[in-house]
Amino acid sequence: MSADNQLTRTQRDDLRTIAAMIVPASDEYKVPGADDPAIQADMLATLGRDTKLVAAALDHLARLAGAPLAGLDAEKREAVAQQFRKSGGAAAATLARVVLQCYYRDDRVLRSLGIELRAPFPKGHVLPDGDWSLLDPVKARGGSLRQVP
Amino acid sequence: MQAESPGKRRGREEEVAMKDPVDVLIIGAGASGAAVAWSLADTRMHILCLEQGGWMNPAEYPSTGRDWEAKFFGEWSSSPNVRGRPEDYPINDDNSPIKVVNYNAVGGSTVMYTAHWPRLHPSDFKVKTLDGVADDWPIDYDALTPFFEENDRMMGTSGLSGDPLSPLTHPPMPQQPMGLSGAIIGKAMNKLGWHWWPSDTTVATMDYEGRARCINLGHCTPACAQGAKSSTDITYWPHAIRAGVELRTHCRVREITTDENGMASGVVYYDKDGVEQFQPAHVVIIACNGVGTPRLLLNSKSSRFPNGLANSSGLVGKNLMFHPYAQIYGYVKEPTDSNRAPPTCLWSKEWYDTDLSRGFVRGYGVQFVRGAGPVFEAVVSEQKGILPWGEDHHRVFRKLNGHRLGFSAICEDLPEEHNQVTLDPVLKDSHGIPAPKIDYTISENSRKMMEHALARGREFLETAGATDICINSPIPWGGWHLLGTARMGIDPERSVVNEWGRSHDVKNLFIVDGSIFVTSGGVNPTSTIQALALYIADQMKQRLANLFD
Repeated sequence: MSADNQLTRTQRDDLRTIAAMIVPASDEYKVPGADDPAIQADMLATLGRDTKLVAAALDHLARLAGAPLAGLDAEKREAVAQQFRKSGGAAAATLARVVLQCYYRDDRVLRSLGIELRAPFPKGHVLPDGDWSLLDPVKARGGSLRQVP
Repeated sequence: MQAESPGKRRGREEEVAMKDPVDVLIIGAGASGAAVAWSLADTRMHILCLEQGGWMNPAEYPSTGRDWEAKFFGEWSSSPNVRGRPEDYPINDDNSPIKVVNYNAVGGSTVMYTAHWPRLHPSDFKVKTLDGVADDWPIDYDALTPFFEENDRMMGTSGLSGDPLSPLTHPPMPQQPMGLSGAIIGKAMNKLGWHWWPSDTTVATMDYEGRARCINLGHCTPACAQGAKSSTDITYWPHAIRAGVELRTHCRVREITTDENGMASGVVYYDKDGVEQFQPAHVVIIACNGVGTPRLLLNSKSSRFPNGLANSSGLVGKNLMFHPYAQIYGYVKEPTDSNRAPPTCLWSKEWYDTDLSRGFVRGYGVQFVRGAGPVFEAVVSEQKGILPWGEDHHRVFRKLNGHRLGFSAICEDLPEEHNQVTLDPVLKDSHGIPAPKIDYTISENSRKMMEHALARGREFLETAGATDICINSPIPWGGWHLLGTARMGIDPERSVVNEWGRSHDVKNLFIVDGSIFVTSGGVNPTSTIQALALYIADQMKQRLANLFD
């Protein structure tokens, strides 16, 4: 990690590669992968308090790979990723969370999921009131509180 | 107590000379502190509340931004250790499978709670008599009834009166909509012949007392930008302040001081600039929750009280009860409410009372969970191993997202002295005050109860057609309910406060928060905590002429 608490170039390359392995692009669902430049930029810009753990995860990944992840053949890369997921602990979990929380707020991804591109407030949501006659069997069965002497 | 330099002591003496004593000093502006402040305000006494946090700004609440879900993992985490705001204090909970969650601000943890609003049952106050375990409370449900009602009116509750398996309530607002999830839950519970009912909640379902109705912003546990969820910063506090109560924010109390007669004389606190202050008081009321209260009492050691203040019984910090949560969830084919509604709307009391054929004593309440938002779903499902990496990620995510349904059992935790809050020998907060340390294990009785709940939850989910069933038992970051660490009772050797909240040892010191619970029941405790605070305030008002006798 460099002095300004940001990821190094090598770490950023590995983050991009592992992010694409977590969530690859899909033609079927018309969504980018998590290695998309805009999503990567979001990750780097909002790492904040997670920087240290993500950097630790990437260091662990680099040790497992022994070389830039992108340079490995597909089979070896897959094996490294599996080992990383298995042995990475809290740091690997943090890295996966950072990837997913940025991926699932990307406009293209949310559109693909049919989710409106907005904050919950102030519009909120409308819920069906529902059919409260469903409670009739509970009312019919009745019951009572446990008696207290 | 920390060593004190002569200079500091001299400074404090000057402060004493400068500051007039207040009649009543309340420590903590959360659920119970707000209620007791409001109730005592009609005495026209000089009442001061010191709160370590500040006023909240709803414009900054998570639901006002597109990144609302990501905030739950950082600055809006329910864990003070993760959140790490200046208002928070660290908690060493390494030796506990359940981690403490709380919030420190005006409103306290009511800013960050699910607003689920059951009451303890009448039978919960007679556990020893009925089941031969733990202890009976020194008061009964009937003593609290008028204060439950008053509190429901002040907080503003919604619900449906007439639940056959819950104490009778009269919510001033109708229940929350059933939504998509509620219908699925109700049908499955009916198939099984099990009890369910719309929850009483403190979510306003219509405009109420100046608060706007719920518009389903989504997961409102970490604060409600609409103001529909009751937190005491928007319910009790405006009334209390209008009635003359003074609330000083960003003031963290270090210790309660005592005089030569063994009476509380005031508190030492750090003000918003970090400057040590002394505030004299005639009466001190602690409202800091089941972790903060014993921490403060243990930090208030002196030569007269070498084991901590109000601790002649040795029970300050002991008998910590959390409510272990046994949670099971799965995914149905139909869409659920996901993040488009408050997280809970229905409860069940099917397994609330003791049935020894189940293999354990006491029981649990159930709160059903409507669903989760997309980020939470992705993160948690990836961690659970049901959301794969790689090509199949998108297909599986679309199967999971917006289809989650949950069953959470709130298991009654019985008091055990080895479950405790002590002072950590190393860890300190930003003011150098020793931090609390938690030692807690889940009892065999609780484990059996949790297993029973998970089995019932699985039956429920399978009846609802759910697959990909997952378990969180206990919910690790589920230490919302902090109870029992300064229990009430008649016997000074077996309790910390008497039957109306006054310390047995220090006759002008009162405790009004969840630490005075004798047993925990199997429900969320905030309604009962506040009813107790109002009851104690009422007792104080009735005894003003001889309060210290």
